[in-house]
Amino acid sequence: MSIVTVQLGQCGNQIGFEVFDALFSDSHCSQGFCSKKENEAYQASCKERFFSEEENGVPIARAVLVDMEPKVINQTLSKAAQSGRWKYGQHSCFCQKQGSGNNWAYGYSVHGPRHQESIMNLIQKEVEKCDSLSGFFIIMSMAGGTGSGLGAFITQNLQDEFSNSLRMNQIIWPYGTGEVIVQNYNSILTLSHLYRSSDALLVHENDAVHKICAKLMNIKQISFSDINQVLAHQLGSVFQPTYSAEGSSHYRRNPLGDLMENLVPHPEFKMLGIRNIPQMPENSLAYSAFTWAGLLKHLRQMLISNAKMEEGINWQVRPPLSGLPPLGRASVGAEPHFNTSIANLVILRGKEAHSADLEGFKEPALYTSWLKPVDAFSVWRTQRAFRRYEKSAALVSNSQFLVKPLDTIVGRAWNMFASKAYIHQYTKFGVEEEDFLDSFTLLEQIVASYCNL
Amino acid sequence: MTQSVVIQVGQCGNQIGCCFWDLALREHAAVNQKGIYDEALSSFFRNVDARVVGDGGSISKGKISSLKARAVLIDMEEGVVNEILQGPLRDVFDSKQLITNVSGSGNNWAVGHKVFGSAYQEQILEKLRKSAEHCDCLQCFFIIHSMGGGTGSGLGTFLLKVLEDEFPEVYRFVTSVYPSSEDDVITSPYNSILAMKELSEHADCVLPIDNQSLFDIISKIDLMVNSGKLGAAVKPRSLVTASAEALRKRHKKPFDAMNNIVANVLLSLTSSARFEGSLNMDLNEISMNLVPFPQLHYLVSSLTPLYTLADVNIPPRRLDQMFSDAFSKDHQLIRANPRHSLYLACALMVRGDVQISDLRRNIERLKPSLQFVSWNQEGWKTSLCSVPPVGHSHSLLALANNTCVKPTFLELRERFTRLYKKKAHLHHYLQVDGMEEGCFTEAVSSLSALIEEYDRLDATKVFLQEDLALAQRTERKEAETMKIPGR
Repeated sequence: MSIVTVQLGQCGNQIGFEVFDALFSDSHCSQGFCSKKENEAYQASCKERFFSEEENGVPIARAVLVDMEPKVINQTLSKAAQSGRWKYGQHSCFCQKQGSGNNWAYGYSVHGPRHQESIMNLIQKEVEKCDSLSGFFIIMSMAGGTGSGLGAFITQNLQDEFSNSLRMNQIIWPYGTGEVIVQNYNSILTLSHLYRSSDALLVHENDAVHKICAKLMNIKQISFSDINQVLAHQLGSVFQPTYSAEGSSHYRRNPLGDLMENLVPHPEFKMLGIRNIPQMPENSLAYSAFTWAGLLKHLRQMLISNAKMEEGINWQVRPPLSGLPPLGRASVGAEPHFNTSIANLVILRGKEAHSADLEGFKEPALYTSWLKPVDAFSVWRTQRAFRRYEKSAALVSNSQFLVKPLDTIVGRAWNMFASKAYIHQYTKFGVEEEDFLDSFTLLEQIVASYCNL
Repeated sequence: MTQSVVIQVGQCGNQIGCCFWDLALREHAAVNQKGIYDEALSSFFRNVDARVVGDGGSISKGKISSLKARAVLIDMEEGVVNEILQGPLRDVFDSKQLITNVSGSGNNWAVGHKVFGSAYQEQILEKLRKSAEHCDCLQCFFIIHSMGGGTGSGLGTFLLKVLEDEFPEVYRFVTSVYPSSEDDVITSPYNSILAMKELSEHADCVLPIDNQSLFDIISKIDLMVNSGKLGAAVKPRSLVTASAEALRKRHKKPFDAMNNIVANVLLSLTSSARFEGSLNMDLNEISMNLVPFPQLHYLVSSLTPLYTLADVNIPPRRLDQMFSDAFSKDHQLIRANPRHSLYLACALMVRGDVQISDLRRNIERLKPSLQFVSWNQEGWKTSLCSVPPVGHSHSLLALANNTCVKPTFLELRERFTRLYKKKAHLHHYLQVDGMEEGCFTEAVSSLSALIEEYDRLDATKVFLQEDLALAQRTERKEAETMKIPGR
């Protein structure tokens, strides 16, 4: 089954390019640490999901590119075409002349309805190219105007027009010290709307990825390309094909469906985060060797201590003794506290993946009480290595990871809202104070629900 | 991609405008190697087939034939505009886009605004409509003028109302040169205050510029270039003000170097909209992020570096110096010290070979020494454009919505009051049809209301300072108690 990607705004398009590039180069990587037949099946599965075939053999990404101004899309299209290995469909983009001005209201209330038909037509055409559709992967940022506002609008439309298909939104959380001054307003409006129309929100924080670039990848002068490439690596490790069941040798057909089934048992809890291990600059790969035991021990500690990467993990944090309730309700301020999960999915790729021991992830103490570990935890194993990492593990987690960042954003937005700063820019385009208040209410409810796990 | 139209009004406006167009051509020439008329060029220029007579002949793609500036030049005297039309830029301007007169406004806002305003309203509308028709997607009007005279101040602000009514969706960005205290036009306080009311009510964004500040900046650079020590090390084409040889020879006219700075600000402002970069910033984002309340739309600007040394390697410390300079009072284009006042919002527009990590590092470094209003502690808007200005490898334009504009306004009001109390020169204004004393009192109360807004915000700063002081006192007390033996 195929996934149709919708890339929105500057961020969405820049990241989208890196994602397709990572998926393609991984699937055509010669060092899969597996048999040739295995490799071919992997390639074919990846292709079915993400690329459609073109006459002269150059695969076309199953993507629709949307932006309200042309510069980024032009850049993205030409970068892909230049690589010569894959490209975007010539007619798969929608562009306007004037951006959304970092204004969620403009993206949602003006651009949305104005361009609804054209954009949905493009998406429809892309869907028709698929034999069967698993769902939509929508890449957008929260801080700007197009990705956030138009993204929220389009997701709602997808919910109305393709109600049987799944929608997963890849959201970029902005840097804490502003990229955009009204980013907190744009973020809360986006999140509250997406919570109603999206099936799952996969979140990446710029701050976290930045640290990975600095500490693990040893990049001195970090650019957005670097950040996007790390992001693409993490997404690729989740979305590349995996075997459908323990011991099977067929790749699973419905990646989005399976992800949702495993990770989103309850609609109140939709926020997912990815952790990846190991992550290092490519030229260090040859000199590193890992054991599954070592990798999984770190990954588990990353989960329970809410670490974003394998360096600087706090080993003091321990799960509460089983049978006893967690020590006090998790308050947002308390630090360090144990990160309770609703559901976890570990994806193992590489040599001897079938032999790795995951008992550590099955402890009831890691999970909230209303799900048994057998329902809350799943593991997907594949022998074929990812991007020449002999062994690599990805953790997709629905847990308390995002409580603190979310609470921070809500707090800052509220602070600004109380002074009424910038509100005139939103009411100008039909987003009223009630809409803000509704968003605050919804998000505070979500924070509370996650805190009370 | 969008287009912008520059409207230059009055002597000052046209002189600055002239520098702007010269720089814009040079900048695009440096970037556009193939001579193709591209979208970046189209933001400020039309491509016209010079052989076609009449108004047609606009070419939208392909090779550059003849570039025409998207500009409207207005002056009630002919001197400056004639000079432009005889100078090296004569082919860049469409002779149909000029509005001139011979008599001048006599440094009288009322003459500029009321007399010439009504006389030329139709013509002005016609030229503006024409220039808008030539645009695929018109986003912004850049108005350049001075506040102290008659034409720029009076007619320039009359225009704002016309633009607001005729093109409500298009942004009005005004670059206003405020009179310095040593200004030789006696009635400049009257003209400025009357103009301020219009700016507050009809402009989307105002960049106030002070002649004295520009002059101080030029003098400092002059000193460096001519002192011999640093002079040889300055890269010849890298002065924001003018070329190094020109400064050395002092051949150029006195205001040229100052006007060049302002022209550079306008170019940097629009660079991220014209050229690509990893974090774009469009013109409509400026207003969205930097104007928290409609009336508070006055932005203090600073541009760095003002010259580049011939040093090829740019180690991070040099880059960091660029960021520090942007916040020093010596680089602001009005007399202000933003560090001592309160920030409502700040935008950093970076050009050239600078990455997000450099930007973040410097924000973290400078943040503690700056005071931001309580509801916007992380009030930073950033952009990264890959194309640097001509002769530089990188540059930074900082736009701040900061209460440090208040002193400029206070001083203006004081100078106004001194004149108005004695009713000096008032009859020149009152004899103009449509002018009465009410106009003056309304204008001054509009300014007072604005100053009050800034006062209220500054009051919150006092709390921050008090909190800080209290915290420091408590810390010290605790430290003292720790030292006492036996505790």
